[in-house]
Amino acid sequence: MALGVGLTVMVMSISGVVTKSLERNGNVGYNLIIGSKGSSTQLVFNSVYYLSSPVENLKYSYFLEFLPGNGRQEQFAKLGGNLKDPERSGKYAMFTSNGFVIPMCLGDYVGRFRAVATTPDFFNLLKHGDRNEDPYTFREGRNFVEESPEHSFFEAVLGSEVAAEMELKIGDTIQASHGASGDFVHEQGFTVVGILDATGTPNDRAAFINMEGFYLLEDHAAPERDEESGLEKRVTKSDPSAPAEDSPAAMASARKRLPIDKREVTAILLRSDFAMGMQKQINKTPSAQAVSPIQEIASLLQMFIQPIQWALLTLTLLVCVVSAVSILVSIYNSMSERTRDIAVMRALGASRDTVLIVILFEACIIAIVGGAIGWVGGHALAAWASPLVEARTGVKLSFFSIHYPNELWIIPSLILTGILAGIIPALVAYRTDVSKSL
Amino acid sequence: MLLLKDVRKSYPQPTGGSVTILNVPKLEIRSGEQIVLRGDSGSGKTTLLQIISGITRADSGQVLFDGTDLTKLSESARDRFRAVKMGYVFQTFNLLPAFTALENVRLGMTFGRGKYRLDRAKSLLSQVGLDDRMHYRPSMLSVGQQQRVAVARALANQPRLLLADEPTANVDPGNQQKIIDLLKEVCGKESIALLMVTHSDSISQQFDRVEYLDQINTVLTSEARS
Repeated sequence: MALGVGLTVMVMSISGVVTKSLERNGNVGYNLIIGSKGSSTQLVFNSVYYLSSPVENLKYSYFLEFLPGNGRQEQFAKLGGNLKDPERSGKYAMFTSNGFVIPMCLGDYVGRFRAVATTPDFFNLLKHGDRNEDPYTFREGRNFVEESPEHSFFEAVLGSEVAAEMELKIGDTIQASHGASGDFVHEQGFTVVGILDATGTPNDRAAFINMEGFYLLEDHAAPERDEESGLEKRVTKSDPSAPAEDSPAAMASARKRLPIDKREVTAILLRSDFAMGMQKQINKTPSAQAVSPIQEIASLLQMFIQPIQWALLTLTLLVCVVSAVSILVSIYNSMSERTRDIAVMRALGASRDTVLIVILFEACIIAIVGGAIGWVGGHALAAWASPLVEARTGVKLSFFSIHYPNELWIIPSLILTGILAGIIPALVAYRTDVSKSL
Repeated sequence: MLLLKDVRKSYPQPTGGSVTILNVPKLEIRSGEQIVLRGDSGSGKTTLLQIISGITRADSGQVLFDGTDLTKLSESARDRFRAVKMGYVFQTFNLLPAFTALENVRLGMTFGRGKYRLDRAKSLLSQVGLDDRMHYRPSMLSVGQQQRVAVARALANQPRLLLADEPTANVDPGNQQKIIDLLKEVCGKESIALLMVTHSDSISQQFDRVEYLDQINTVLTSEARS
């Protein structure tokens, strides 16, 4: 019984941590993730959890449509390149005027961790925590900037886990690679200027690099495409027709930014008061989709996590049933030895009902004591694992992290188990013939 | 105090039908009276005690205890009546092995008036000479000491009648007399009627009244005549 209840408490703790962790991470501070058409789950996995294979990219010009105010014109003025109607504002600009948009480019890795190319706004505007009120703070250093005199476009901020595992410190240089296997490592490095405090979010496990620098890495410029077929016309180093001054390395050394038409983004993180309406509109377009992270994470919970939780709970329930049977067998086997004791109690004036209740009470006590040991054991284990869980998920566990009201069900369940386990031995006691047993 | 009238008890036979083993036209025990009941093995002594105590119900007749006919009571009412009015000392003591001497005595109170009178339990154990053994389990006590605990348990509820079924049968001769002296003394002191089954002549001689089952059980007297 102790094992059964201990497992139940552990399953509840794990479920609680998984659910809370997912919910915490779903509480991201933006309403929509916009990405290319495809799997919405994959888009959330990529953009929120930095998992799964990367999704297709969106044109940077599409991202500009979301910039509030005159952001689109300002970006054109700053970056240059080919852009239709550069004088107008973004089509969605009026909907994002009270919010923000943050671009994100994914695909590269730093060691085993995802490299997230973004803008400094990621840490300036986004918040985290249960109430999404905690700003991102730096254990060491500062946020990266778009362009700094000493490091040009090549600054990086590390999640706490990345810095700890890779033993990186401020001033070190990290190099992004294509894919987790690190087959191709970019020559151009990024200088670590900040290390984040642990947040208990997937951001602890990511390296954030300046998007301007990311674009200047080899093969990161958007491929030219044939207008009719849509096939890539990739310009490589060996291509003699490629103008040398436009190569990423040359641009980097000249501190030139990649023009708009050569840029792509993987995802756009958007906060707006009109997110619902925008989501519908965006999803009607042929190339992009908008996903609500909270909705998506809720459906993830429902689709994947909850069935697993139920499976685990069913398993622990079976352990409890086996424990109940073992209580039944042990009490039942002891009945033959205790027939005389029961007869003595009857001779001293105990009624049949009294002995029945005594045996049921005994079974309940065994179940409850076993359950209490299991409860204490389960919570002690949770408390023992607390530092590890907190470091990995940001969810704090303590001995008294009770999963109300689920754990309250343990008490009536134990009493019911005790009664069910004790009913047969109790009936045997009830039927004891005193005159034959004395 | 106790009057048995035309009490009959039969048991079914495995081959069918039934055999009458007890037919007592009359047996009376007055308050505070001390009586020895004698009879051969299988003569129905234990059955008679169980009918008096209400453990077994007579097939017919009356068992009047202070005016209450036990044969008319339900089983649970007889249990309650027994717990309050009677004490029982068994041949094999029947102490609960998991309980200490004191707990065994208090168990006797549990089913009686429902009051855990710790002082009375201690006083009774003290009265039977077990002041220093109160917290010993039965396995840690000698045979004589175990029977003394059983006597204390039987007296726990201040019964009106103490039934003792061969209480010295399993006790060594040295302790036999001590048990008898104890029973006579405490019953006399608390005006408790005593009905004790024994085979011993020497014990019988110490009692003013001795009843022989082959005289009061007409089943046995008719068998003797035939």
